[in-house]
Amino acid sequence: MQELYAHSHSGIHRLDARVKVIFTLAFVLFLSLAPARAWPAYILFLSLVLSAAVLSRLGIGFVQKRALLALPFALAALPLIFTGPPPTVLLPVFPGLQLSYSPDGLGRFASIALKSWISVQAAILLAATTRFPDLLFALQQLRVPKIFVAIVGLMWRYLFVISEEVLRLLRARASRSASLPGARRAGGSVAWRARVTGGMAGSLFLRSLERSDRVYSAMLSRGYNGELPAAESTPLAPADRRALALGVILLTFLWLLSLLTGG
Amino acid sequence: MHYSPILSPQPMHVPDGFLSVLVSLVFWALSVFVIGIALRKTNQSLGEREVPLMGVLAAAIFAGQMLNFTVTGGTSGHLLGAAIAVILLGPWPAILVMTSVVSVQALLFQDGGILALGANIFNMAILGVAVSYAVYSLLSRLFKRQSWGLFAAGFGAAWSSIFVASLALALQLSLSGTSPANIAVPAMGAIHALIGIGEGLITTGALAFLYAARRDLLKRGEARPAGNRGLLVGGVLAALVLAVLSPLASSNPDGLEWVAEQNGFLETARSAFFNIIPDYSLPGISNPALATIAAGILGVVIVFSMTYAIARADKRTPAQESMQR
Repeated sequence: MQELYAHSHSGIHRLDARVKVIFTLAFVLFLSLAPARAWPAYILFLSLVLSAAVLSRLGIGFVQKRALLALPFALAALPLIFTGPPPTVLLPVFPGLQLSYSPDGLGRFASIALKSWISVQAAILLAATTRFPDLLFALQQLRVPKIFVAIVGLMWRYLFVISEEVLRLLRARASRSASLPGARRAGGSVAWRARVTGGMAGSLFLRSLERSDRVYSAMLSRGYNGELPAAESTPLAPADRRALALGVILLTFLWLLSLLTGG
Repeated sequence: MHYSPILSPQPMHVPDGFLSVLVSLVFWALSVFVIGIALRKTNQSLGEREVPLMGVLAAAIFAGQMLNFTVTGGTSGHLLGAAIAVILLGPWPAILVMTSVVSVQALLFQDGGILALGANIFNMAILGVAVSYAVYSLLSRLFKRQSWGLFAAGFGAAWSSIFVASLALALQLSLSGTSPANIAVPAMGAIHALIGIGEGLITTGALAFLYAARRDLLKRGEARPAGNRGLLVGGVLAALVLAVLSPLASSNPDGLEWVAEQNGFLETARSAFFNIIPDYSLPGISNPALATIAAGILGVVIVFSMTYAIARADKRTPAQESMQR
C-alpha cells in the first residue's frame, strides 16, 4: 500500500488545501452537470485537468496510469449502447449477423465514460498534490465533524503499519502453502481456504484491538483527554481566494459552454 | 507492495460520472443525516477510548481487504468488513468506521468518486451496517440455543450486507439513467450474491477465531435494546424494501425509466432551449462519419496544444523564480 502523494514544489502543491478540495468538488460537480454529448466542453475540461497535471510536475503519464482504475466500472453503463432510446441502427458484424444499437445510447455511454475518466484524474491530482494531514485539516476547517476527522486521521496513521502486518500474514500463508511441482493444487476445499483466510482476518482484528489499547495508553500518557488538540485555523489568503474565485468562474463558463453544445 | 483494486475488483465503488447529480446529492444528504445521528450516539455511549479504537479498527478493515483466497480460475474472495465491524463495535460506531474506510478509499486511492462518495457511503457504510446489524441480531436471537448459531448469524449478516448494498447500487444506477434496471439489478445482484459468499465465509472464519481466542469481544455487537432499535428496524425495512423493489423494477423497467426521464427532463428542456448548434459536425464536410472523425482529431489537437502551451508557460517560471532569488 502506497500513498499517492508525490512531493514537488509546484504552485499547485503550494495552494491551500481548502482551495484544492473545493475546486476539485466544483470541477466534478460541474462536469457531472454537463449534459451528455457536450464534446467541446469535455475537451476543455480534459485540457484543464491535463494542464494541472503538467503544472504540478507530476506529468500526464503518472495521472493516466492511476486513471485506469475507473475503467472496469464502465461495464455498468455498457448496456446503454444496446438499450438506448430509439432509433436503433443495424450494424452488420458478420455476413448474416447484425447487431442493433442505438446511436443515442452510444453517445450517452461515451459521455459517461469520458466524464468518469476526467473526474478520476481530478481526484488523483487532489490526492497527489496534497499531503493527507493537510487534506484532513482542510476538511476540518470546512466543517467536517471533529471526531470524524480524528478517526480518519488515526486510521491513516496506522494504515501503513497494519497493511504491512497483512502482507506478513499473506507471506506466512504463502510460505506454508507449498505444493510439489506437478501435483494437483495443494490445500483443502474452497471453504477450508476461506476459513484459513477468516482466521487470518480474525487475528488481524485481534491484534488491531490490542494495538488500539496501546495507542490509547500512549495517547493518555501524552495528556489525551478525549479531544485532539485543534490546530489554529486561519482564513484563506487573498491570493488563494482569488485563485478559487477564478477557478470557479472558469468552471461556470465551461458548464455554460456544455449547455450550448450538448444535449 | 501496492494497493491494487484492479486485481481485487470491488464493483461496489461507483466512480464519478455514473450517477446523476440529483441522485448523488440526495444520497449525500441521506448519508450526512445518518452519520450525524451516528456521531451523536457514539458520543453518548462511548468513552474517549473509542477514538483510537475506531481509527485503528478502520485501518485494519481497510488493510484486511487485501486478505483474499483463490476460489477458482483466477477469481478470489475477499473481505469488505461491514459485518465484522458491527460484531466487534456495535452498529453506530461501525457506521463511522465504515464511513472512514469508504472515504479514505475515495480520497486517497480514488476507489469510488468524490461526488458519488455520498452514495458509496450510503450503500457500504450505512446500508451495509444496518442490514448486517439487523440480520445478525435477529439470527443470533433465533439460533440462541444452537452452537453454530453465532456463525450462521455472522455468515447471514455478511452475505446480506453485500447483496442488499449491491441492489441499492443497481437501483441508483438505473435511477440515474446509466444502466437499465432489467440489466443492472440481475447482473449486480448475481455478482454480489457470489462475492457475498466469500465475504460470509471469511467473516465466519474470523468469528470462529475470535470465539476461540477472545469470546468476550463478541458481546458488543449483540442487540442492546435501547437506542439501536431504530437502526434494527431501519435495516430490516431497507432489506425488505430493496428485496421487493428490485425485482419489481427489473421486471418493470418502465417505472424507473419514467423517474429517470423526469430527471432527464430538465436536461432535454435545456437542450431544446439552447440548441443553437443543431448537429455537431464540421461545416464543409458532407459525410457525417468523416466530419465526426475530423472533429475528434481537432479536439485532440486542441487538448494537446493547450496543454503544451501551458507547460511551456510554466517552464519559464522556475527560471524566473531563480533569477528573482
